[in-house]
Amino acid sequence: MNEPLADAERWGLVELLSGHDVVICAGSGGVGKTTTSAALGLAAARAGRRVVVVTVDPARRLADALGLGSGGLGDEPVRIEGVGPGELWAAMLDPRATFDRLIARHASPDQAERIIANPFYQNMADALSGTHEYMAAEKLHDLAGDERFDLVVVDTPPTRSALDFVDAPTTLTRFLDHRLYRVLMAPTRRMTRAVGVATGAFVRTVSKVVGASVVEDAVEFFSAFEGLEEGFRDRAHEVADRFRSPTTAFVLVTAPRADALTEARWFAERLEAEGIDIRAVVANRVQPRPMSGDPGRFREVARSQAGTSLGDLCATVIELCDGSDSETALLADLVEAIGGVPLVTVPVLDRDVADLAGLEQIAAALYGTA
Amino acid sequence: MDPARFFAASRLAIVAGKGGVGKTTVSAVLARAASRARRDALLVEVEESSGLGARFDRDEPDYHESILWDPGDPPGAGSVTARTLTPDDALVEYLTDHGLDRISRRLARSGALEIVATAAPGIRDILLLGKVKQLERASTDQLLVLDTPASGHAVSFLRAPALLLDSVQVGPIHTQARDALALLTDPDRTRVLLVTIPEETPVTEVVQTAYQLEDELGIALGPLVVNRVATPPPPTSQPVAELAQEAGIALTDDEIATIERASAFRQARAEVQAEQLERLARELPLPQIHLPAVSEADVGRRQVDLLARAMLDSINALDERTVTPTRGDAT
Repeated sequence: MNEPLADAERWGLVELLSGHDVVICAGSGGVGKTTTSAALGLAAARAGRRVVVVTVDPARRLADALGLGSGGLGDEPVRIEGVGPGELWAAMLDPRATFDRLIARHASPDQAERIIANPFYQNMADALSGTHEYMAAEKLHDLAGDERFDLVVVDTPPTRSALDFVDAPTTLTRFLDHRLYRVLMAPTRRMTRAVGVATGAFVRTVSKVVGASVVEDAVEFFSAFEGLEEGFRDRAHEVADRFRSPTTAFVLVTAPRADALTEARWFAERLEAEGIDIRAVVANRVQPRPMSGDPGRFREVARSQAGTSLGDLCATVIELCDGSDSETALLADLVEAIGGVPLVTVPVLDRDVADLAGLEQIAAALYGTA
Repeated sequence: MDPARFFAASRLAIVAGKGGVGKTTVSAVLARAASRARRDALLVEVEESSGLGARFDRDEPDYHESILWDPGDPPGAGSVTARTLTPDDALVEYLTDHGLDRISRRLARSGALEIVATAAPGIRDILLLGKVKQLERASTDQLLVLDTPASGHAVSFLRAPALLLDSVQVGPIHTQARDALALLTDPDRTRVLLVTIPEETPVTEVVQTAYQLEDELGIALGPLVVNRVATPPPPTSQPVAELAQEAGIALTDDEIATIERASAFRQARAEVQAEQLERLARELPLPQIHLPAVSEADVGRRQVDLLARAMLDSINALDERTVTPTRGDAT
């Protein structure tokens, strides 16, 4: 049962990730993904690598710890002072800015301006499901090709299913290639009469439900976007390939709680189906076990001294041992289910990470030197 | 406060909170507590596979109502039922109800909703809230418990009506948005129960969310549900060795050290928790319902029932004057 733990100790995360230039931290909300990404980045920088950490929605104190505090946060990587011998940079994902740049790269200046000013585009950049995920992927692809860095660590957006992240490039291109696009375009394209009548009715119905201006914006967007589909598709393929590159590592971040583990297992299965390996599992907020071995003696005293201070204290030992054992069993199940990947556990912390020293503590736990 | 009155205070209870705080479990517990207080509860989730069914050792609910807890257990108790609403289902139903049957199938099948939803963001949320409103209207004597989308989208979900009222000026969607807004902002119909856990980031986030919902959106807040509250360890003033000696129990130095380690850990956790609960009380003037920490291994029917009883105890201990929602000008 302890085999995975032993593996992680033997290999260590530093070595495990040394051959990779992209590390993606995936997991459900509230498991400490952002903190894990930052700590991984810090440790790699300490080991001499030039690292950029891309965070999506850092808690305020972590943002402060990374020097991304109020006003200083942005799309453009910022170097964090006092970390060596490597370098640590941090950036916050701005999906809109990333999308605008993507448009600007593919379109002529006039066309880009038309697209970026379109309300439908703006809604798409801000609210279409999958866009933030794709932009995170786009950003990581961009930074992976940036000569300033030799390691990019990304934490995935807090989507319900972290897999949206992997699917996002295809989802967005499918959306932009949508056959409905042709339907919406029908009124301006003078299609054959039969089709025109049908789609006309269709567009009229949609207009009736949501208002004509909404439909006009959509039509205007798709017409402005015309001709960009192929460039977008190629880029999306490139980004999707990045996920499957042997130098990209997925790290599954979880916590020993039923909901987080269920999600982690499901995510692992989907990744496997996509042909993507998980390199390691990081379990945060793990309860320490106050002793090794069988706590039978304490059970005995807890029983014979029930109701006294000593009895209560022994009951606490039992409770913590039982809690820790059940967490260990849950984590072992997860590791076994995904083929025995290395597992690294980070103990539960009293406080949120508020500065580099706090991050340092987690980094030490991640690298087995705590 | 009398639980029966508590559960009758509004017809719709919206459960909201950030990921990882146990929102779905709390929704399940709230519904079960209502049923124990003799009120039927209908759980509505707007996202597939959140594991709601598993909380009751049942299959996951779908668009049609399914039963998660039979009535009369214990005698007099209400039932717990559930539905999973999706925007696509809600759209088809909406269009069918409005005589647009033929087009609705085509819209749903062609994936048009995605285009339309992008053109007017918030439309999915409106379709869902429209359906919730319909359920609320149809069921005056049961409590509707709405489990909001995970991953921190509760505020944007609840903001959708106000947002759409601006962008869609006329037509049925406008009407839907107006009705949804009326539902959300009427404290006799809707209360939001925010869920958090006694840890730093969740506390910070719930305080923010509470002010956003109340001040920006004008939605009434019910008591705050604090999940995973550990019982603080009893104070120990005497050294372990002394206690053992007094009790006539022989403990090795190792065993004493183990006890001290365990006790110190529990004490430290309890201090963090007390600090966060205090901060919560200071920064958010809302009554609190505490739910005990239970084994996370598998939250099923038994744990949900256990937590429901804890919730009822906590509700009994609430001061009614601090809980009952009041309309703007009331005192």
